[in-house]
Amino acid sequence: MERAESQSPPRMDRRIQIWGMARAAIVPIASVVVALVIGAAIIALSGANPLVAYSALFEGGLGSGRAFSRTLEKATPLIFGGLAVSLAFKCGLFNIGAQGQLLLGAVFAAFIGFSLQGLPSALHIPLALLVGALLGALWAAIAGALKAFTGAHEVITTIMLNFVAFNLTDWLADGPWKDRTPGNIVARTPAVAPEARLPDIAGAPLGIILAVLAAIAVWWLIWRTTIGFELRTVGQNASAAKYAGISVRRMTVLAMVASGFLAGLGGAVETLGVVGRFQPGFNVGLGFNAITIALLARTNPVAVIPASLLIGMMQAGASRMQFNSGVASEIIDVILALILFFVAADSIIRRVLRLRAEEGERVTLSSGWGS
Amino acid sequence: MQITGSMARPAAARIPWLAIGAWGALAILVLIAYMRAPQATTAVLTSTIRQSTPIILGALAGIMCERSGVINIGIEGMMLISAFLGFLFNVWTGDLLLATLGALLIGAVVGAFHALMAITLKVDQIIAGTVINILAVGTTGYFYQQGLTTRGKLTPVSIPFLADIPVIGPVFFSNPPITYASLILIIVIHVLLFRTAWGLRTRAVGEHPAAADTVGIAVNRVRYINVIIGGMLAGLAGAFLTLESVGSFERNMTNGRGFVSLAVMIFGKWTPFGAWGGSLLFGFANALQSQIQFLKNQLPPWLAWIGDLPPQFIGMLPYVLTIAVLAGFVGRARPPAAIGKVYEKE
Amino acid sequence: MSAGSEIVLEARNITKRFPGVVANENVSLKLHRGEVLALLGENGAGKTTLMNILYGMYHQDSGEVLIRGEPVRISGPSDSIRRGIGMVHQHFMLVPVFTVAENIILGAETGNGPFLDLNIARQQIRELSQQYNLAVDPDAYVKDLSVGQQQRVEIIKALYRKADILILDEPTAVLTPQETEELFAIIRSLTARGASVIFISHKLKEVLAIADRIMVLRRGRVVGETTPREATERSLAEMMVGRSVMLEVEKGEAHPGAPVLTLDHVTVLDDRGQHAVNEVSLEVHAGEILGIAGVQGNGQTELVEAITGLRPVRSGRVLINGRNVTNASPRRISETGCAHVPEDRQEDGLVLTYSVADNLVLNTYYMPPFAHGIVRDDRAILDHASQLIERYDVRTPSPLTPVSALSGGNKQKVIIARELSREGRLLIAAQPTRGIDVGSIEFIHQQIVAERDRGAAVLLVSAELDEIMALSDRIAVMYHGKIVATLPAASATREELGLLMAGAQPTNVSHEAVTDGRVTVNAQR
Repeated sequence: MERAESQSPPRMDRRIQIWGMARAAIVPIASVVVALVIGAAIIALSGANPLVAYSALFEGGLGSGRAFSRTLEKATPLIFGGLAVSLAFKCGLFNIGAQGQLLLGAVFAAFIGFSLQGLPSALHIPLALLVGALLGALWAAIAGALKAFTGAHEVITTIMLNFVAFNLTDWLADGPWKDRTPGNIVARTPAVAPEARLPDIAGAPLGIILAVLAAIAVWWLIWRTTIGFELRTVGQNASAAKYAGISVRRMTVLAMVASGFLAGLGGAVETLGVVGRFQPGFNVGLGFNAITIALLARTNPVAVIPASLLIGMMQAGASRMQFNSGVASEIIDVILALILFFVAADSIIRRVLRLRAEEGERVTLSSGWGS
Repeated sequence: MQITGSMARPAAARIPWLAIGAWGALAILVLIAYMRAPQATTAVLTSTIRQSTPIILGALAGIMCERSGVINIGIEGMMLISAFLGFLFNVWTGDLLLATLGALLIGAVVGAFHALMAITLKVDQIIAGTVINILAVGTTGYFYQQGLTTRGKLTPVSIPFLADIPVIGPVFFSNPPITYASLILIIVIHVLLFRTAWGLRTRAVGEHPAAADTVGIAVNRVRYINVIIGGMLAGLAGAFLTLESVGSFERNMTNGRGFVSLAVMIFGKWTPFGAWGGSLLFGFANALQSQIQFLKNQLPPWLAWIGDLPPQFIGMLPYVLTIAVLAGFVGRARPPAAIGKVYEKE
Repeated sequence: MSAGSEIVLEARNITKRFPGVVANENVSLKLHRGEVLALLGENGAGKTTLMNILYGMYHQDSGEVLIRGEPVRISGPSDSIRRGIGMVHQHFMLVPVFTVAENIILGAETGNGPFLDLNIARQQIRELSQQYNLAVDPDAYVKDLSVGQQQRVEIIKALYRKADILILDEPTAVLTPQETEELFAIIRSLTARGASVIFISHKLKEVLAIADRIMVLRRGRVVGETTPREATERSLAEMMVGRSVMLEVEKGEAHPGAPVLTLDHVTVLDDRGQHAVNEVSLEVHAGEILGIAGVQGNGQTELVEAITGLRPVRSGRVLINGRNVTNASPRRISETGCAHVPEDRQEDGLVLTYSVADNLVLNTYYMPPFAHGIVRDDRAILDHASQLIERYDVRTPSPLTPVSALSGGNKQKVIIARELSREGRLLIAAQPTRGIDVGSIEFIHQQIVAERDRGAAVLLVSAELDEIMALSDRIAVMYHGKIVATLPAASATREELGLLMAGAQPTNVSHEAVTDGRVTVNAQR
């Protein structure tokens, strides 16, 4: 049954809905499998045993309670990043700046975390998270405003802003916010107050819970609200959006702000939940991984969760893999690039599996630099 | 009813007073600086030309691709892979020329891959570029071993007589080969695009592929070739980084130059000479960053505060500049009309 | 107009299929030297597909093509060009930012070695210009040329390549009646020199004026062959559509009331900063249809965009029901009761990937009952869609089907359903039946008249003069951004309007009062 881009799965027919979801998942799953196969070939080529490597990878990610915690830990910022990119995609925007937005969120969350002492957790945590998220939103708003008012394409501006963010947060951690406790020479902020650290709730880290809640919230926003409708319309057809009375400029900025908010929140969660302070060199590579996740999930906010878990698992298991089989953990980057390739060039998988492309399934964003 | 055509002057004939004025003022500033501090000025200018080399090459690569209608944001990745493999070729063979040619070849291959994704597989062109970038970081990181250095390095070659001209001499005529090549290529690409049949066809394909198709031009073939040429130019930029500039490979050594190239390309309105102006600007910012410690003492008092800036702020400069360029100057620049769209017969 | 007996081009039993549709089925035609063969048919009848096969853009699935008696396999446009076939497409194949000379030599570049030399080309272009009386400036930029001039460039492009078989695809679609006459003169001089012309059109009057022979296509098949001597507009229309086609738009007398839309010296700039609309003043009253006649490109598009808030008004005022809505947002204008059926339905009026249901609330999605606050009510949207689909006879498998799956006519019905069901006070309909099948045209015309009878004010903009003459109560002619005349529709004649549309002053302009509204329309879209 042809499904239009605008309706969330019709509640009428559950069976068709589930079949639709299964169909939509085929290409992403096949992409992952093929990428893993090619990855195995590369591993074999460099002299190691792929089976040993992969089993160590899975073991390191899922093999024990602790491994699974590590996976959740890695997956959390990925979910936020994937949501950020997916949301921007829905409005036709390419937010490669999740990296920089995350950094800003992380460093400012750390600042609130260490500069305020004696606040109760119930106040300190939300405050730090909020500030981090808002800074991420602000950072993204720069690119959004530039696009809306000058037409500057967000791909380049967000990448440039990433570099600016690296330098800026570097300076903050090495300068005004440096950890001045005696004995410390490394560029990093002081540790955040214990009350600001994210606790576990019912056995699960608060971070992952927030991430899942965020995914649900984003899904609701996109499919069930007028704001979501406006965002999607601008993404699908900006002139029709204008005709419909929607302000394309406002939506562009709003989409970037929301996207940056999520990325910043991810950085804040990572800082308060895992690291405990801000240190440069923080989660490099999230920006591109977020894109892969967004496409793997076909920009569906809820599907971002399993996609992030998968990649989080690979990242968590990487060090064990390196230890057991000597395979450098960068192979994960290669595999991720291959996954992105196969998801994006879905015609390859489709030809192999003899699937027809459905209307509205393709993600296309590029229509040029100016418009 | 007779209606005569309008007599609009071709763009080339309109005299760019603003550009001439700006360059003239700049030239005067340079002369003043040279008279006060000849060595420092020469050092900065030379560094400017050298630092702008990978950027102009990247911009030329972008121009070739985009003039034919294909967006290429994978220039960064192309540079990185070519830098890495050119470096490896040199380490294995000991020969600089072979290594450079190897880098060119790799650039062409990656270019062909991008063309395959964008044209044949109809992948969204920005995602295709992103794939190349991620693959580049991943593969170069995976296969890299520390501690290797190049066997030899491409060193400056002075052109007799010309190198002795004050100010201009050492800056333009005493450069290593790839830098010379980049300056020559600016002229070559300009002539290619605007004075040859190939260039006319390329631009037609980028503006109105259907029109080109109806006169018998093979649109996709033209695009493939241009993207591969673009890849080779990016490959040359990569070779510059490892074989001429640094002498070894570092992770992520391209450090955003590929993206700056894109900004420069837009700044230059998709023309080689325009892009050269932009790349000099960024080359200057980079030169400033690398020369600042030597220059600190020679700065006049009213500029002395530059020496006290945290290094990260100077590091930010090229990127902030890029954003300013995109926001301020790009407003009216028009990319090729058919860019980013897959061409299919109706 | 006599044609030689040599057959320069022949197609035998050409069949071409696309996924889901047979574009050409067993089509055969013969073209004699020096003749003008007209190919007539509605949109989608297969004319352009057939020509694209002859020109080498497509390959036929079966059948053969013979050029000068010799069976050929045309591999591509360069091949057909080599064999002397030239095509002037409906949408010009010219690169706007190139000069005339550059466009003409593209693909056949002159010069030494790889370098371009435009002087040789300029020389040849000037010679061809003089020979065929096709005045063009080789160094002008195509984007600065008028439509008629661009068409001349296209013709020279073909002649430059020594084409003696010319295919003209809907060449008069964007020409004034006077420019059309000039084109016919050019065609006659070409055939006098031995060229042969295939003239594709859906305009019956012109076909009868220029053709030596006429072939009619319908749904991919040849349904008739005739000559202007034997055929009439009516007989041709019947062949094109397959049934009796004299439509009568039942139009009672208009009862115009108070002005609903008032334009007061409105000036609007186009994308290039030129004056597209130049101090236009007009009034549309409740219960009347004001038709704006004019060849496309005289400011109508910009005028509609300015009224509906999609383009800034540079100076002047726009008033709806007395309220000043100059430069108000599209949403506010819509909320004052203005319904807009846009000119470009696919680009502006619909989101193709959205369902029919969502498109039906495209500009009302934020209001109750479709949304409460920011939360949408899918049930309400679906119910609304089901009602409208039935009321306006939109053929769609389900309200949730993506609107891209609908035919052109049904897409337009979605827009009509959406805009008219709001029961606004003002309806602005721009090119409402462009490219639509006859049955839907009938329906849409009825709906527009129904709006008028309900008491709404209707502003109708159309490039089809017949549509304007059939539906309007008053006609305003737009030329170069100005309203050059406003006449009662009943007394306006085609000749008069044609002259006005071309900027000329007709000698007798009669202004009789509207008496009786029964008008006849030829179904010839």
